[in-house]
Amino acid sequence: MNLTTRLPGLTLKNPVMPASGCFGFGKEYSQFYDLSELGAIIVKAATGEARYGNPTPRVAETSSGMLNAIGLQNPGVEKIIDEELPFLRSYDTPVIANVAGSTVEEYIKVTEALNRSEDISALELNISCPNVKEGGVQFGTDPSLAKEVTFKVKEASNYPVYVKMSPNVSNIVEMAKAVADAGADGLSMINTLTGMQMNLKQRKPIIANKTGGLSGPAIKPIAIRMIYEVRQSLDIPIIGMGGIITAEDALEFLLAGADAVAVGTANFQNPLACPDIINDLPRVLKQYGFDSVEDAIGKGHV
Amino acid sequence: MITKQLLEIKSHMQIAEDTFEIVLQSPLAKELKPGQFVHIALTNHMLRRPVSVAGIDAQAETFTIIFKIFGEGTRELSKFQTGDSLDVILPCGSYYPIDQLEIDHAMIVGGGIGVPPLYYLAKTLKENGVKVTNILGFQSKNQIFYEEKFQALGDTYIATNDGSYGTKGFVTDIINELNPAFDYFFSCGPTPMLKAVSSQLEGHKGYISLEERMGCGVGTCYACVVPLKEDPSKSKKICKDGPVFSANEVILA
Ligand SMILES: Cc1cc2nc3c(=O)[nH]c(=O)nc-3n(C[C@H](O)[C@H](O)[C@H](O)COP(=O)(O)OP(=O)(O)OC[C@H]3O[C@@H](n4cnc5c(N)ncnc54)[C@H](O)[C@@H]3O)c2cc1C
Ligand SMILES: Cc1cc2nc3c(=O)[nH]c(=O)nc-3n(C[C@H](O)[C@H](O)[C@H](O)COP(=O)(O)O)c2cc1C
Ligand code: FES
Repeated sequence: MNLTTRLPGLTLKNPVMPASGCFGFGKEYSQFYDLSELGAIIVKAATGEARYGNPTPRVAETSSGMLNAIGLQNPGVEKIIDEELPFLRSYDTPVIANVAGSTVEEYIKVTEALNRSEDISALELNISCPNVKEGGVQFGTDPSLAKEVTFKVKEASNYPVYVKMSPNVSNIVEMAKAVADAGADGLSMINTLTGMQMNLKQRKPIIANKTGGLSGPAIKPIAIRMIYEVRQSLDIPIIGMGGIITAEDALEFLLAGADAVAVGTANFQNPLACPDIINDLPRVLKQYGFDSVEDAIGKGHV
Repeated sequence: MITKQLLEIKSHMQIAEDTFEIVLQSPLAKELKPGQFVHIALTNHMLRRPVSVAGIDAQAETFTIIFKIFGEGTRELSKFQTGDSLDVILPCGSYYPIDQLEIDHAMIVGGGIGVPPLYYLAKTLKENGVKVTNILGFQSKNQIFYEEKFQALGDTYIATNDGSYGTKGFVTDIINELNPAFDYFFSCGPTPMLKAVSSQLEGHKGYISLEERMGCGVGTCYACVVPLKEDPSKSKKICKDGPVFSANEVILA
């Protein structure tokens, strides 16, 4: 079974990659399996300077999902380039850097810094983090801001740029068009949806930040719908994510129009989630009558 | 080397009110050190549950966990039976660095569900020829477990919040009363207790073991951080750098 899938700047031996923020910089999960098995790896967000993130508790479990408000904790882009990314060199899999910021200037600073790294193949522009006060989701919910930051990052970058879309909008197609117009090479969809959960004993929200981003199977139907809608009206490559746990889930995303998929929360439940999906994908493709991954992409459109 | 394994439950029993002891079989049992935890998957839950190692049997290749029903996950765990299997990530986290310490006399201070990892620690210390004094706190009499097992290792004092057994009050009351001489203290329990014990024993050398809600349990998600005393803008991960920390290394919330 041919699992290859092609996207701008990325030829993937299979369509499965860990999602940003759910895989660190790879070291921990490299203890569980050979990272070369992965189609690609999207690493944790990089900001201009080191960030501490939000107070704890930062996560809570929900029905078929979880909330997180990590707040983009990371050691800053320079340290990531020098101390984290080189580890992934020894694996035969492309690395996608996740770029975050509070201002357009910070996004550009991170992007320019990453130009000096030879350890990555593409950027994922995170304009959809719901857990930071400035920037983050604000760029991902206002079409003109999204357009501006995408245009400037694209201008500054030597690498293809995938823009990570926020689902916290009422018109996803309008947002997708804005970033596509600004020159995005592809889209990553979706990031988490803002949610809240109460601690009954303490009579207050569980997450210290009060709200957090909802991920996991709970958001899968939303992700599929949004990918389907964008695919319907735009011809732009899409990395799909949101609640993928099984190879069947991955196939649903391909049918909706994703060219590749990312697996986030499922890694926490099963550290072998990505290789398990990769190994099972040929069986599932065959069972539903597909000869290859590329054969399945977009086939769910009626 | 950390791995994910499907482990058979060799025994499963209730040992106090809402408190259960499970013995699991694993070839990795002898690698598990005092202070480390395992991360357990449950069918109806997205996230795993961290539970400390309460003891090992190297010969039989088994290890013990003790847990209390706290919410839905631990309730599900309480319903497993001998012969069932559990999906477990192990070994997780850091351990009490007792091999690197010169200790003649250790003071063990445990509270509630922080007591289990300290049993494994106290047992190991005793086997190494260290004198141990155990001070344990529980909410009330029907929640006490392993009292005799601790007695077999050294002097053991128990406090209950409601006074239904032992000293009425907290572990700190017993420490005040006894004022024991010791080289190192080792403490695990709810954060307010760890705070009280650490400030009471300020100036003494010791190790504490912390809890935080976890996402991954292996160090990738940054859910479980704790700020460092020397620079509060820096943090360590409880799941990977901890759960055991030197008592004056971290800032307790
Ligand atoms: C390193 C470590 C070792 C532990 N060792 C033990 C032990 O030996 N025995 C024992 O009884 N308990 C132990 N705990 C606490 C135990 O993990 C929680 O009681 C349990 O996760 C609660 O799950 P629940 O589904 O019953 O509760 P819920 O409140 O329904 O859980 C919801 C979510 O919150 C998380 N959570 C809730 N309380 C805690 C907590 N106190 N610590 C961490 N996560 C929490 C759960 O993992 C879950 O993701 C330990 C915790 C940590 C971090
Ligand atoms: C703990 C956690 C941290 C995350 N951190 C980031 C991040 O740093 N950058 C980013 O673009 N997305 C981040 N995400 C979002 C995921 O990459 C993904 O888009 C989302 O979780 C949906 O996929 P899932 O349901 O498979 O988890 C994070 C998600 C989680 C659960
Ligand atoms: S629980 Fe994920 S880093 Fe500790």
